[in-house]
Formats: sequence, C-alpha cells, structure tokens
Amino acid sequence: MMDFWIILTGSLVAATCGVLGCFLVLRKMAMVGDAISHSVLPGIAIAFLISGSRDSVLMLAGAAVLGLITVFLIQMLQQSGLQSDASIGIVFTALFAIGVILISLNASHIDLDLDCVLFGEIAYVPWDTWILNGYDMGPAAVWMLGGTLLLVLALIGLFYKQFKLCAFDPALAAAVGIPVVLFHYLLMGMVSVATVASFESVGAILVVGMLIVPASTAYLLTDRLSRMLLYSVLIGILSSAGGYYLAKWLDASIAGAMISVAGILFVLAFIFSPLHGLAARYLKRRRLKAGTGMAQA
Amino acid sequence: MTTYPLEVERLTVAYQKKPVLNSVSFKIPSGKLIGVLGPNGAGKSTLLKAMLGLIPVVDGDVKIFGGAYHEQRKRVGYVPQRESVDWDFPTHALDVVMMGRYGHLGWFRRPGAAERNLALECLTKVGMSELAGRQISQLSGGQQQRVFLARALAQTADLYFMDEPFAGVDATTEKAIVALLQELKEQGKTVLVVHHDLATVEQYFDHVLLLNGGLVAEGPTQEVFTPDNLQKTYGGRIAILQDFSASASAGQV
Repeated sequence: MMDFWIILTGSLVAATCGVLGCFLVLRKMAMVGDAISHSVLPGIAIAFLISGSRDSVLMLAGAAVLGLITVFLIQMLQQSGLQSDASIGIVFTALFAIGVILISLNASHIDLDLDCVLFGEIAYVPWDTWILNGYDMGPAAVWMLGGTLLLVLALIGLFYKQFKLCAFDPALAAAVGIPVVLFHYLLMGMVSVATVASFESVGAILVVGMLIVPASTAYLLTDRLSRMLLYSVLIGILSSAGGYYLAKWLDASIAGAMISVAGILFVLAFIFSPLHGLAARYLKRRRLKAGTGMAQA
Repeated sequence: MTTYPLEVERLTVAYQKKPVLNSVSFKIPSGKLIGVLGPNGAGKSTLLKAMLGLIPVVDGDVKIFGGAYHEQRKRVGYVPQRESVDWDFPTHALDVVMMGRYGHLGWFRRPGAAERNLALECLTKVGMSELAGRQISQLSGGQQQRVFLARALAQTADLYFMDEPFAGVDATTEKAIVALLQELKEQGKTVLVVHHDLATVEQYFDHVLLLNGGLVAEGPTQEVFTPDNLQKTYGGRIAILQDFSASASAGQV
C-alpha cells in the first residue's frame, strides 16, 4: 500500500505539472515556472503567520497570490526595459529571500522548515493522512493533489482553444476578443497552486523538473498539441513509477530518482525521437547524401 | 449617410513617450484595396495594431463600420507579420486556419465539423488544400504566409488588415495573394495591406496611404502616388527613388 500511495502522489504531481508545463514550454516561459516555485515562499510564510496552522487551503491561496504578484512584477520590469532573464532573476530571488527571512524569524520553532519546503519528502506522504469524522481518508497530499489536478484539467479542458491561441498567436487572440491577460494570469495562477500543492511531496526544486522535463520530452515526440499534453502526462507518470522503484533499488531519494528518470527519458527522446531526434536527423542527412551521390554517378 | 468601413481621427500612439504616430486622420471608402506605405519605423504596423486595439493609444478615435472596434470584431480579419509567431508550435496548417473561427465561437464552444469544412475551403482558396495536415514548421515561408491568409479568410470579415503579406514570399505565393485580394475586392470587402515594394504599388492597389510618423497623403493611387508625395514620405532615404519617381511621372503622362 505504501508503494501505491507514493507512486500515486508522484503521478498526480507529474500529471498536473505535465499539463501546465506544456503551455509554459510553448510560451517560452519555462523559467517563469522556476521563478514562481521559489517566490511563493513568502506567501506560504504569511499565510502560516496569519492562520498559525499549516492549513493547506490557506497556504494555497497565499501562494497563488504571490505567484501572480511574481508574474506581474516580472512583466513590469520587462516593460520598463530590463532584459527578461534579469527580470525573472531579480524578482524570484528577492521574493524568495523575503520568504526565508519571514520563516527564520517566526517559524523556526515550528514544523515549517526550509528543508521541508525545498526538498519535500515524498516517502512521508502515506503517514500524513486526512481524518474526516474519525475515518481515515488516506494521505492528505493525495486529496490535495487530486483536487488540484481536477481543477487544472477542468480549466484547461473548458478553455482549451483560448489557451492554445494565446500560446500560439496572442496578437490574433487579442484581436478576436479573447481576454489574453486574464488567461495569462489564470495559467500562472494554476502554476502557483500546482507548485504549492506539490511542495510537501516532491519539494519546490523538483516541481520545476516536473513542469519542464516531461513537457519538453513530449514536445520532441509529436507535432500535435493535444498529443503533446497526453504524452507529457504519461511520461510524468512513467517517471514517477520508474523513479520510485529506482530509488528503492538504490536506496536513494525518491523525488530525486523520479526527476532523474524523467531526465533519462528526455535524453532518449532527444536522441531517438522519430520526428526531431538526433538519430532521425542523422539518418535523413545520410539518405540525402547517398541520393545526391547516386545522382552524380 | 454612408458609413465608412474605417474612419480614423487624430490617432496618436507613443512608445515610452516617443511618438510613433502623430495625429493621423483618414477615411477609407468601401471596397478598396489600400496599400499602406512608408519607410521603416514610419508606424505602419503600429497603425494596424492601434486600430485593432492591440496597443494603447494616447489619443484619437477609430470607427469601424461606424462603431468601436470591440463591437465590430467579427467584421475584421487580421493577418499579423509572419515572424510574429513561433512556427515550431505543435500544430498543422488546417488547425491554424480554424483558429480564425475562435472569435466567432464565443467562450465555450469548440471548433467542430462546420469550422473544419470552412477552414478547408479557405485553404483551398490559397492553393494549400493538399498540405492541410502538414506540421507548420514543414511549410515554406510562402506557404506559411498563405496559411495566415487562409486563417484571415476563415474570419469571414468585411474589413481586412494585413501586415506585410508580401514580405519574403515566392512568386507563386505573391500571385496567390494578388488573386485573393482581387477576389476580396470583387466581393466588396475592404483590405488594408502594409506594403514595401514600391514597384508593384500601382499594379496591386487602387488606394494608397502614405505614412511617416504622421499621415503624408491618402487617396486614389493615381492622384496620391506621385513623386512629390513619395519624396515627402521617404525623404532622400532611398537612392532608387530617383529612378522610380522618373518612371512614376512617366506613367502619369
């Protein structure tokens, strides 16, 4: 049962991040995901200070607000003429630093330590169960991540054409009356919520891996957005299951092994993808060369 | 009283306090092909984007068929510059053309068979029906441009804004675009085209709009496309202008 809960938790994180990651990668905003995953820290700290508890819903709300503030600040700096990578770097390190100070000042004696937030431990997920009216409902993380996944799937499913057009051609999207800014912040809000929901199980840094690596792998494997989304989710789930058994075999960090498997899958796709892989490109070039050689002969 | 497809009054646009368009006013009559001309940085693309509400304006008023743009969206089709999008996006030609229908579908409806058929029809009009399922990065520059035109056709508009559709395309595509512009004109549609090649202006457009920060001149090509106006628009900036104005005045005699 332990195995099942851990793999399920990893898969839920992977599926949520896999869907959102596709849109981040296509909009060339992968590093914004990284920024959000760090800069939500003060949001969590403030939510914790206000409520005095690790109430998940409040923390999600605090993180979502900070996520949107992050995106807003990055955009403001960019529009004032700063380079986009510098804008991202300034905003997320500054906000993260504020979060570190808030936590170290106020919460050092309670269970909200940086190790937990940054390197979360998926192995503990099965023990932190949700008790409802005396019934054990299973791990709390599974409920929270499951809820987040449903929310993300519902919003992306409902507004698929808007998210797609905003990613491909925001100018046309705006011209035909799609509220581009609203969908931009909706996407970023979902990334923030997904990041925080995944914090405790896989940790902030590894969430970034799940946001970017499976989506990039899927990008190499298909020429259709709908299939890219599906592949991204499947690759994420495969990484979770494969990573769990790899970690068990090596007796190493589970979250670390999950991202490592995702990384290995990416390298495989990079080399062997029938569409964009190195091998396919090499073979194509050789065939062309052989063709021109024959023509010359 | 006739309503113009497009009326612009005192339109002023600035990027970070630097004025790009200065109090531009004009009225475009119905059923014309209009070439928007001017040197680089004259504000041609800016004019299109400002009229479409894509960038903030400092001052001025734009009326489309007598109403504000946001009321008349469905009557306007837009072809952005080809380089403005990422052609490695995972999608195919037909799918891009269907995007032209998204504005008509409203918030929740998904594109279905009707949208698919219309999109295929539009692709056929630009001679691209066999390439409907092709990944867009596998298309040549000219073919990509034709996909963009088909997408604008799918918007089934009455007024079209096209941003440099002729830029860097092959001869086949150029012919296809010209034929398409004529067809749109015959259907009584009005088309504004940002254009660079002065040599083809008289052949392609019956109306021109000369722009250089402000409006230099606007009107029927025969009256407005004169060496004098071109000198005012481009200044001494292009050497070939001399040859060109010679041929232009020769054509007028």
